[in-house]
Amino acid sequence: MTEELASAEPRLLHGCPLVESAGSYVVHCNRGSYYELCANLRTDGYAMPVGVTGVDYLTHPGRDLPDGIDAERFEVVVELLSLVAHKRIRVRCQVPESDPTVPSLFELWPGTEAHERETYDMFGVVFEGHPDMSRILMPDDWEGHPLRKDYETGEIPVQFKEARR
Amino acid sequence: MTEPPAVTDPSPGAEPSADDTASAHRAAKPSLLDRLLGRAPTSSTAMDLMLQAKTGEGSQELEPRHESSLTQYGMETGSRLALAEGVSLDRGDLDVEVPEDESMILNLGPSHPSTHGVLRVMVEIDGETVLRTKPVIGYLHTGMEKTAEELMFHQGCTNVTRMDYLSPFFNELGFCLSVEKLLDIEIPPRAVWIRMLMCELNRVSSHLLWLATNGADIGALNMLVYGWREREMVLAFFEKVTGLRMNHNYFRPGGVAADLPDGWRDDVTALCEAIPLRMDEYDELLTGQPILQKRLVGVGPLDADTAISLGITGPLLRSTGVAWDLRRDNPYLAYDEVDFDVIVGTNGDCWDRYAIRFNEIRESIHIVSQIADKMPSGDFRTQDKKVTPPPRGRIDESMEALIHHFKLYTEGFRVPPGEAYVPVESPRGESGCYIVSDGSSRPYRMHMRSASFSNLQAMAPMARGSLIADAIAIVSTIDPVLGDVDR
Amino acid sequence: MGLENLQHNFLTGTLEGMVKWARASSSWGANFGLACCAIEMMASGAANFDLARFGMEVFRASPRQADVMIVAGRVSQKMAPVLRQVYDQMVEPKWVISMGVCASTGGMFNNYAIVQGVDQIVPVDVYAPGCPPGPETLIHSILTLHQKIRTGEITRRSSGEPGAGVHLGEPDSRGALRVKL
Repeated sequence: MTEELASAEPRLLHGCPLVESAGSYVVHCNRGSYYELCANLRTDGYAMPVGVTGVDYLTHPGRDLPDGIDAERFEVVVELLSLVAHKRIRVRCQVPESDPTVPSLFELWPGTEAHERETYDMFGVVFEGHPDMSRILMPDDWEGHPLRKDYETGEIPVQFKEARR
Repeated sequence: MTEPPAVTDPSPGAEPSADDTASAHRAAKPSLLDRLLGRAPTSSTAMDLMLQAKTGEGSQELEPRHESSLTQYGMETGSRLALAEGVSLDRGDLDVEVPEDESMILNLGPSHPSTHGVLRVMVEIDGETVLRTKPVIGYLHTGMEKTAEELMFHQGCTNVTRMDYLSPFFNELGFCLSVEKLLDIEIPPRAVWIRMLMCELNRVSSHLLWLATNGADIGALNMLVYGWREREMVLAFFEKVTGLRMNHNYFRPGGVAADLPDGWRDDVTALCEAIPLRMDEYDELLTGQPILQKRLVGVGPLDADTAISLGITGPLLRSTGVAWDLRRDNPYLAYDEVDFDVIVGTNGDCWDRYAIRFNEIRESIHIVSQIADKMPSGDFRTQDKKVTPPPRGRIDESMEALIHHFKLYTEGFRVPPGEAYVPVESPRGESGCYIVSDGSSRPYRMHMRSASFSNLQAMAPMARGSLIADAIAIVSTIDPVLGDVDR
Repeated sequence: MGLENLQHNFLTGTLEGMVKWARASSSWGANFGLACCAIEMMASGAANFDLARFGMEVFRASPRQADVMIVAGRVSQKMAPVLRQVYDQMVEPKWVISMGVCASTGGMFNNYAIVQGVDQIVPVDVYAPGCPPGPETLIHSILTLHQKIRTGEITRRSSGEPGAGVHLGEPDSRGALRVKL
């Protein structure tokens, strides 16, 4: 299925490339078109925000992205669900490391509030327009963003460790 | 008398160690009695210092009304969160009748008798009535998503299973389904049906525990003791099959770790006979009880639009009248081959959630008895040698088997690059694992979409206007599992 | 407080035994269930495994009224000061059971978020291994704690020699050991 899609014309959804990945629809966008795309998806009927999370691609820069999307260090991934149409869609927005801010989706879906706080806490991506942009899982004065790839796991060395990759 | 040294608050986030609190370097603030008598305060005991020390939680505390932003205020009061265009929220529209200096901000938890884990809830109350609510989480944050990047794919289930520790099979299922999607492999039918069996029994044990803890939270303490009876029967079966009562690590990418033991059908049949009888007993004990009805009926109402826009799933969503169950609407495993009803509520109050979970136990037993009849024979794990280690007996006989075993357990199997998210219907709602793979033997990123994390956002709209005791009942019927919330 | 300062003789020796017996038979737990181990702790308290036969069916929410704190579950960075606060609020004599591997050593979560062993925060008396330890293991750890209470010293954590200052003499003609007070 993916081979057919690769040979076909790249599909666009509200101006952003739409691909199929492991059985789900994924629409990629740059930061500039993120909010408008999400607002359009909400009008399309994706009423439930399943989740918002982030991925730090620092050690995996060579990932597969459609044309027109510039790879950045961070990605904000939004999963949406339309109960009426039984459809799911995933939005992947590129976020640069030098200016890790993204518009918040709180006004569209209030259920993204806790997820965006968690993404900020773990990755340092700031969501503009979020009502309470503060840490949610770590103590309030914690330094560093734990899920970034340059943040050490913090493990205490033990005697036995399985083979590294 | 010498001047008392200046009061220094401990730095926020500092852990009060035994030495610090016993130190005499900090003096107490003059108490009212001290000021009246015109005397200097005596040097503090550890207790005084502890009472005066701030927790240093910072912006996670519930700010006084004039200090919190308008949207935050609207969020905490549970007012309609997504406002229409052009409509602005005026602080004066809310809580006009209760001026700010007449309300109190109260902290519930994180260590509290309610048995739902280390959840801290800050409430602003007027007497007993709750005006604003803010759940503060993070007290059980375990860094599981970071740990998952260090573990290989076949070890991933050990980590993931401890997130929602009341329904560990669902976490494992979410992880395994996503990995299998990335690997693009077929699971043998017996493995699929074994997974379904264990998951539905886990739903039964999770809802039984919910009945017990809900009883404890609203005061029906006999239910707290009764609820563990049948759960022990189910856990004994789990121990027979997986070796552990909880946190099983039984599902593996490719199937399950071991086949069902001999005589499993008798055990399952015994469960299917015993549990409905006991459920009828609990029905007689609880459902008609006027005190229980007074505690649950009409408490914490939630409407469907708010629930959907907050990302609420599971019994909480179904109580509002939305008939959304992933087993029927987004089928995974073999749920389209078994026959079951989806229980839906009408009012969205605590009573509906109680009834839904109660009847879901009965429905799950119905599914389990169908699975016991229809269980196919065959492999319990895919025969794909790249994913499944060889049986232990073969290692002595075959060099190739030994090498495969060695490679799998030291390097792990590689998963093609990509991303996958397969949601499952856990007892709390939609749960699933978003896995990003970069082609190596460890997940590049593993994110668990946990049902409880989203469901907890419903607390503010539901608790507004209720009493504190009702707020406890509301938390109880949201059924959060803090391991799932904090990961 | 005067009790501990008494020189032990044949009168006060038995009183000390009674105090220790009373403490061991009725040690109430402080509510400190955190994660999966808390579920097994509640299961131990329920009817199948029944902690009531050891005098521990009561789990007090107020640490002032509790004797034993069973730290059941993983302690995160945010929870550590809370743990210490609850422990400090408990009144002497108090004991701590570290239930499960996460509480004992950090368990399988060797990372930034989990305190690697609650003995970094509170003094622990008994460690119960398991992930989670089944009710039998927890009961064994509770019985070990009771043994420790009954045979340990009446004032805890005092400097000097361990134990109650009770010494064993030479075996007598029948081979029995006599206690020298």
